[in-house]
Amino acid sequence: MIQLDNLSITKNGADILRDVSLKFGQGGITALIGPNGAGKSTLLNAIAGLITPSQGSVTVEGCDMIRARPPERASHVALLAQNEQVTARLTVRDLVSFGRWTHHKGRPKDEDHRKIEESIEAFDLVTLADRRLDELSGGQRQRAFVAMAWAQETPWLLLDEPLSALDPRHVRDIMDRLHALTRPGENQRSVVIVLHDLSVTARYADRIVALKNGQLVTTGPRVLAMTGPMLSDLFGTGLAIERFGGRDVVVPC
Amino acid sequence: MKLWLYATLTLALLVGASCLIGVADLFGSDLDGQMVMVVSRLPRTFAALLAGAGLALAGVVVQMSVQNRLVEPSLVGTPESAMLGLLIVTLIAPGAALMVKMSVAAGAALVGTLVFLWLARHVPRRDPVLLPLVGLIYGGIIGAAVLWLAWTTDLVQYIGVWQSGEFSGVLQGRYELLWIVALVATLVWLAADRITMLGLGEDAARSLGLDYRQTLLAGLILVSIIVAVVVVSVGSIPFVGLVVPNIVSRWRGDNLRRNLPLVAWLGGTMVLACDIIGRIIRFPYEIPAGTVFAVLGAAVFLWLLHAAPRRSHG
Repeated sequence: MIQLDNLSITKNGADILRDVSLKFGQGGITALIGPNGAGKSTLLNAIAGLITPSQGSVTVEGCDMIRARPPERASHVALLAQNEQVTARLTVRDLVSFGRWTHHKGRPKDEDHRKIEESIEAFDLVTLADRRLDELSGGQRQRAFVAMAWAQETPWLLLDEPLSALDPRHVRDIMDRLHALTRPGENQRSVVIVLHDLSVTARYADRIVALKNGQLVTTGPRVLAMTGPMLSDLFGTGLAIERFGGRDVVVPC
Repeated sequence: MKLWLYATLTLALLVGASCLIGVADLFGSDLDGQMVMVVSRLPRTFAALLAGAGLALAGVVVQMSVQNRLVEPSLVGTPESAMLGLLIVTLIAPGAALMVKMSVAAGAALVGTLVFLWLARHVPRRDPVLLPLVGLIYGGIIGAAVLWLAWTTDLVQYIGVWQSGEFSGVLQGRYELLWIVALVATLVWLAADRITMLGLGEDAARSLGLDYRQTLLAGLILVSIIVAVVVVSVGSIPFVGLVVPNIVSRWRGDNLRRNLPLVAWLGGTMVLACDIIGRIIRFPYEIPAGTVFAVLGAAVFLWLLHAAPRRSHG
């Protein structure tokens, strides 16, 4: 369970998040939506314990993320930040193996190797595994980073706009993969993801958290909370949800 | 494996050449060849290898710390800060033991590097060339302070020694401090994974469970020790920390656990080779190894600036 109580974050004198309280249980895909500058990335970083709030608390599975030591934080939450700038010329396999660093601390065991290969396979990187990151396209690199975060094997996976450089096929691949991962069962995981494509949100999200100007607008199950009027209000432009081919799509109106 | 065979062969060849080349004739009658070897040639060879390896490793750590491939210790003000520390300790306590002076130099180098890191936070990352320029100016300012202080206190001759890395003065009993580099190099190698993670950036490293600040500080302490030791014992050699890691990175990638030994090897052999060239070029006179390396290094640096694809160093 992730629980935020009265979370406020101030950066350079400006309020980025104001008094956000949230609580959601494990499982499923939670989509963070809202206009640019709403504080989505900041919220994600705060959940991962990477930002010290000016007020309030963050608890993940009972762990106080603000006070926890880095290895403990990293055993609860894996965060994939936006626009990773890569200086390191690592192979995809090397990068993914760093996802398991808290598990092996530099001495990977058989299980680590297995998880690394699993992760490479899951995100369609087998043919790229021995290529270096600087030789890949933006979208391929993006997938490598998602694979790294997945290999960390944390109950919670936080992804900040992981789809931004992906083609439609890989958007679908990754979202299908995340969907399958987050269904009830053994090794069920939970995903919190910042999404800009509202039709993708409509199709995959189990839950939404809508933010605007650093404040929580609404949260709840996607089918109930995500409506045309709510989206129009949130983004300040006319939006409607239509049924098309048996799926919800979001269109301007 | 084949790589390491070649590496060992090259090293052996250079060590052999370094032991044989010099003004004194080892097999002549009027000098004790064995003594020349033990007192001068071998220490000189070890000194070049240690200084080169150390500076190359320091370069890797600095590059990963600021996520920019175009910097190295002498482009972030580290040697200048070490010199400032040395100068101050020489003024306050002229008779202090070498170890004390070295420690003060390392401390000053660390402070100087941390200030640069703070500056670096405010430099836009879009253009990778900007950071080394800022570092060049920053180092220049500290260097000017060092020179001014040296002028007013009549210690300018020291600066010359600290600034131009050369090995002709290396003798048994006067270079052993450099073995600290071997120790520090081992520590750097043990931290290889952590240093690679620094290169992934603060957010990624922290999210992977690394204590980012602690690792950064530890890495820069190691860099400061290496640079201080090299400045004190043979003088600073610019470009080694820039050129060597870039060559290895382009050639073999950045998995430091695999590549740090290669970085150390290439740094050591290149500096030794430059020292040998410096001994031969206008025999029986010598050109400092630092000068030879600077000529070669500047050329490689220009090539890197020109050839580096922008996106790969973000």
